[in-house]
Amino acid sequence: MTFDAAKRHLLTGAAAVVGMAIAPGVTLIAPAQARKAGEPASDKVRWGLLIDANKCDAGCDDCVVACRTENGWQGHDRPTTDPQWIRKVNLKDNKTGATVSLPVMCQHCENPPCVDVCPTGASMRRADGIVLVDKHICIGCRYCMMACPYKARSFVHEDTTGQKPYMPRGKGTVESCTLCAHRIDIGGTPACVEACGAKAGKEAMMFGDLNDPDSDISKELSKRASTRLRADLGLEPGVHYRGL
Amino acid sequence: MIHVKSLFGILFAAVIVLSIAAPAAMAESTVPLPSPAKAFKGKQCVEPADVMRREHMNFLKHQRDETVREGIRGNKYSLQQCIDCHATADPKIQNGEVRTLQPFCGACHTYAAVNIDCFACHNPTAPLETSGASKNIEFDKMIAAHLGQGNPDQTSKNAGGAQ
Amino acid sequence: MKPILFTQVEGNSTAYWSLLGWLAAFAAAGLGATWYMEHNGHWVTGMSNQVVWGTPHVFAVFLIVAASGALNVASISSVFGRAMYKPLARLSALLALALLAGGLMVLVLDLGRPDRLIVAMTKYNFKSIFAWNIYLYTGFFVVVGVYMWMMLERRMNRYTRIAGTIAFIWRLALTTGTGSIFGFLVARQAYDAAIMAPMFIIMSFSFGLAIFLLVLMVTYNASERPLGDSTIKMLKNLLGVFVAAVLYFVTVQHLTNLYATEHHGIEAFILRDGGIYTALFWIGQILIGGLVPLALLYHPSTGKDRSMIALAAGMVIVGGLAQVYVIIIGGQAFPLSIFPGYEVSSSFYDGVVASYRPSLPEVVLGLGGIATALLIVTVALRALPFLPASLADIDVDPHYVAPPEPVVIAEEAGEEA
Repeated sequence: MTFDAAKRHLLTGAAAVVGMAIAPGVTLIAPAQARKAGEPASDKVRWGLLIDANKCDAGCDDCVVACRTENGWQGHDRPTTDPQWIRKVNLKDNKTGATVSLPVMCQHCENPPCVDVCPTGASMRRADGIVLVDKHICIGCRYCMMACPYKARSFVHEDTTGQKPYMPRGKGTVESCTLCAHRIDIGGTPACVEACGAKAGKEAMMFGDLNDPDSDISKELSKRASTRLRADLGLEPGVHYRGL
Repeated sequence: MIHVKSLFGILFAAVIVLSIAAPAAMAESTVPLPSPAKAFKGKQCVEPADVMRREHMNFLKHQRDETVREGIRGNKYSLQQCIDCHATADPKIQNGEVRTLQPFCGACHTYAAVNIDCFACHNPTAPLETSGASKNIEFDKMIAAHLGQGNPDQTSKNAGGAQ
Repeated sequence: MKPILFTQVEGNSTAYWSLLGWLAAFAAAGLGATWYMEHNGHWVTGMSNQVVWGTPHVFAVFLIVAASGALNVASISSVFGRAMYKPLARLSALLALALLAGGLMVLVLDLGRPDRLIVAMTKYNFKSIFAWNIYLYTGFFVVVGVYMWMMLERRMNRYTRIAGTIAFIWRLALTTGTGSIFGFLVARQAYDAAIMAPMFIIMSFSFGLAIFLLVLMVTYNASERPLGDSTIKMLKNLLGVFVAAVLYFVTVQHLTNLYATEHHGIEAFILRDGGIYTALFWIGQILIGGLVPLALLYHPSTGKDRSMIALAAGMVIVGGLAQVYVIIIGGQAFPLSIFPGYEVSSSFYDGVVASYRPSLPEVVLGLGGIATALLIVTVALRALPFLPASLADIDVDPHYVAPPEPVVIAEEAGEEA
């Protein structure tokens, strides 16, 4: 289904993953060590993404398709109300005409306005930096959707069936990108990153621990300047962009 | 105009009458006691049946916060585990092609008329052929490896018979 | 001043029962609309992932804002000691409670999970102004309820001042909280401004008094009680002041935004390019809700005409709804500014003005809230003595001077004067 052949290297019993081959000669160091059963997420880690818009094709939406398949948010041919956890945004500079394309999803901010405004505390930030909706106590008021500067959240406008067992979702609650917490927690990477990396020459998306100076993502971020969306708001998003 | 005093009098009398009559009327109920379906696999639940009957809602309520808010996976009361064991096939549901929790959870909850919110969001079904809770064999293997249970097709230590 | 006699409304006429019937029908229709939206999911409404708050929220916010403003009349009498407002205080408190109940009903019934109201009332994130609002709104019922009791129970009348002061402070906090719902949002160009809170306060003054004045005139007309010119004049002059104050706040808000180049986009949208929102702003909010009522209320000829005054009050209400519509829906329709300097397009409506059309279930729910508020008032007026038996000038005006007897001049036929 969503796991390609290379992932089966992971499945030989070991819970901790050190490295995996995804194509001949290309190795990605798996960024996540699976947490042991019963161990909570910790703030020693901060998960983040680095997206290189220079490598992102305007016509490609592999990340979107992967997310949709992985998490089961299908459309109902009603684009205004259908959920969209991640979307490709095409930009054109007003003055110069230069174009750039990039995926936008929940930015997993350090100071998320969606968490501030949620009356019940359903919109929450996990200790390891992932911003989630605790759908058990979401009352569907949509205030978080008003508050998000990135339009990251979607409201479930209709009955849902056929949910993935690791991604419950239901009518009347709000949802958004979970950074594939269900994958990260057992040592995987988000579906979008994996799909982008799966095609040779892509790898516009990188995932890793921003708190670890030795992680691939931290080393990449220190090499060249990157930016974050609406950095002026001081929200400290966990998603970094290059090429903007 | 109706006098308030006589209205109270009527209400009071009604309460007295009903509280005497009601137990008598309820003595012979024609509603059969529920019989939840026997579990698909395993000998015994993670807790004894009488404990589960009384406390399952508290375990679930505590467990959901641990999973979602704290990111703790693979706990004793993991919902995936519940579905894995307790989902059974019923010919009335999709021709018995899937296992669901309806014959188990639904039996008692319908009897007690207690509405449960879980399955608006949580998929209560599990596939017939594999004993994995998700329809994704690879994912099940990852979860099982993570939980230290080895091959999920074997009966795991803490799964057991339901009743 | 003579002691005032408060009496219940008779409530035996066909007119009364048919009014009650119509209001109950509309309230029930509102509940039916809720069931339809909740059962099918919100896709059956006009609301979407772009415009997440729609017509129900417009009605709800309007009613909640008006509710705190309706209490003004009572506050003026209890807190500021103006004698002529005293007979009106009970009705003012009742209207405040009824409007808040109607507004909250609409707000709660539009939730994605209204069955989780208990969750909303037991789990709180106190950084959220919504969480504070839950306490402010429910507390308002308690505070104003106690205040009303102090006024209705003769033995408690001496505590009216303190209860009224607490209620006055509470409703200021409540309206500040309501305005801050929008004021605290950093994400949207139309919000994120400290002026939202005090502007909502002044809006509440205007809308609340307009509704109060209209309800007063209608109930006194319907129950054939005398309503003197002094009372009407006092209220309509005050309404004019509040309408002017709202115009002032709106002017300051937009002038300030126009000064900042960053906000030129949203200003051009609201003031010039926004289609329906521009029309609602200029014609609905400014003209119908502001300038025309001001003229009607203060012009020497229309200012003395009761039907013109009632018309002005009605226009203020319509303009108020338009204002809330522009704030809530116009503010959402304008695209988020995630990539300043770029032309943006995506599959998720980035960079484009979102379209929104009020759908029937939303409108019916909103009207159901209004009907519920009026239903509460109608029932309460019959149950308890809220209305003075007479508001004729001779009974309530401390400066009442009997008009002079007309002088008759006799003329002899044919003689020059």
